Amino acid sequence: MIEINHVDKWYGPHFQALKDCTTSVAKGEVVVVCGPSGSGKSTLIKCVNALEPFQSGEIILDGIRVNDPKTNLPKLRARVGMVFQHFELFPHLKILENLCLAQQKVLGRSHDEAVAKGSKLLDRVGLKDHATKYPAELSGGQQQRVAIARALAMDPIAMLFDEPTSALDPEMISEVLDVMVDLAREGMTMMVVTHEMGFASKVAHRVIFMDQGEIVEDAPKDDFFGKPRSDRAQKFLSKILSH
Amino acid sequence: MFANFDFDVIRRSLSYLFLDGMTFTLTLTGLATFGGIVFGTLIALMRLSGYWLLGRIAGLYVDLMRSLPLVLVIFWFYFLVPYIGQWLTGSSRPVRVGAFASSLVTFTLFEAAYFAEIMRAGIQSISKGQPAAAQALGLTYSQTMRYVVLPQAFRNMLPVLLTQTIVLFQDTSLVYVLSIPDFLGAASKVAQRDGRLVEMYLFAAVVYFAISCVASFGVRRLQARIAFVH
Repeated sequence: MIEINHVDKWYGPHFQALKDCTTSVAKGEVVVVCGPSGSGKSTLIKCVNALEPFQSGEIILDGIRVNDPKTNLPKLRARVGMVFQHFELFPHLKILENLCLAQQKVLGRSHDEAVAKGSKLLDRVGLKDHATKYPAELSGGQQQRVAIARALAMDPIAMLFDEPTSALDPEMISEVLDVMVDLAREGMTMMVVTHEMGFASKVAHRVIFMDQGEIVEDAPKDDFFGKPRSDRAQKFLSKILSH
Repeated sequence: MFANFDFDVIRRSLSYLFLDGMTFTLTLTGLATFGGIVFGTLIALMRLSGYWLLGRIAGLYVDLMRSLPLVLVIFWFYFLVPYIGQWLTGSSRPVRVGAFASSLVTFTLFEAAYFAEIMRAGIQSISKGQPAAAQALGLTYSQTMRYVVLPQAFRNMLPVLLTQTIVLFQDTSLVYVLSIPDFLGAASKVAQRDGRLVEMYLFAAVVYFAISCVASFGVRRLQARIAFVH
């Protein structure tokens, strides 16, 4: 589904954000990307739907080369859902309008179709009663669930999550993770940048560990948690699991 | 002290002052604001487009307009537009352009430079995550601007845009140099005709002051409301 081959990315001439990254996500697979901050994990996931350009290598999404200049990026992005650290709901639109905008403007669905789909997904994330509110009236956890529903409204073939819980207060993390766990169990293809190792051990198939722009470890979940091969991954794990 | 003054001149000329003069002033202010915001937003988008040439052209335009006195621009346009029209249409003599059309074009183009800077600040005040989220949903660049970025930028900047409109309302009085009967021009005409300079200019000042004051108050109320919603 997602193939990442030898991707290099520089910010300016001196700082290399991604170094020869190669990995893949199969259909129905849940892959967790972790690593210390500044390790390039967010950059990597943003390269997948071309929100970040990269200089060399290639990323192939459902058979389409992301970095081919001929690729219709808006069309491609519409097929992959993305959830951001800071939710990024559109503050000037009501919750239901947030879910309908792209359905109508990008997929060309009618207003009624979009509303029906949007309401169904709001119900699914448990926020049916908030349809006519504005994002600012919702808690962080609720906003992030709306953001997930907004992405799902596009019927995506895969979902990308960029630290979906790191801007949330602790008591709101589980309501968002619950939605993500359900999604994973339904067989959604997911690439998730997160520090939530509980989520990883519950639903991930593979864990990728990144450090300083490199993919240091890429292993099935049990291998990764059982006995990481690299020192850096061991150190990282001991740091975040000791608390 | 007011014994020598004749304030009745105001009452006698009220309908001329407001029906002709103020109507012209408000029409010019409204149309120039609309045109200036539309054109100014385009210039702001050019400046932020990331294309070097477009950005330079927009930047030069803004710098040029902001470095010239408005009166000079009004003069230039009034005398130049007929010749530009002649050149564009290829006619044998300068195209006649009415004073209203000429001043509307002038104010639209001049104010666009100021509105452009306001809209630019407004667009830049939107966090990068907003367009990223819109693009991740498959919206094109123009859809992202139209449905996500510009509505928010416009809303955030509304008090500043309206304040600029109040300035524009006062600035339209400069069309008196073209002897156009806007509100001040009308007052001035009556003043000259009846020899009642003090009365008429006092009255004009009071009217400009009252309208601008009320409008500013309205903007402050609006600002408080917007700040509350955020």
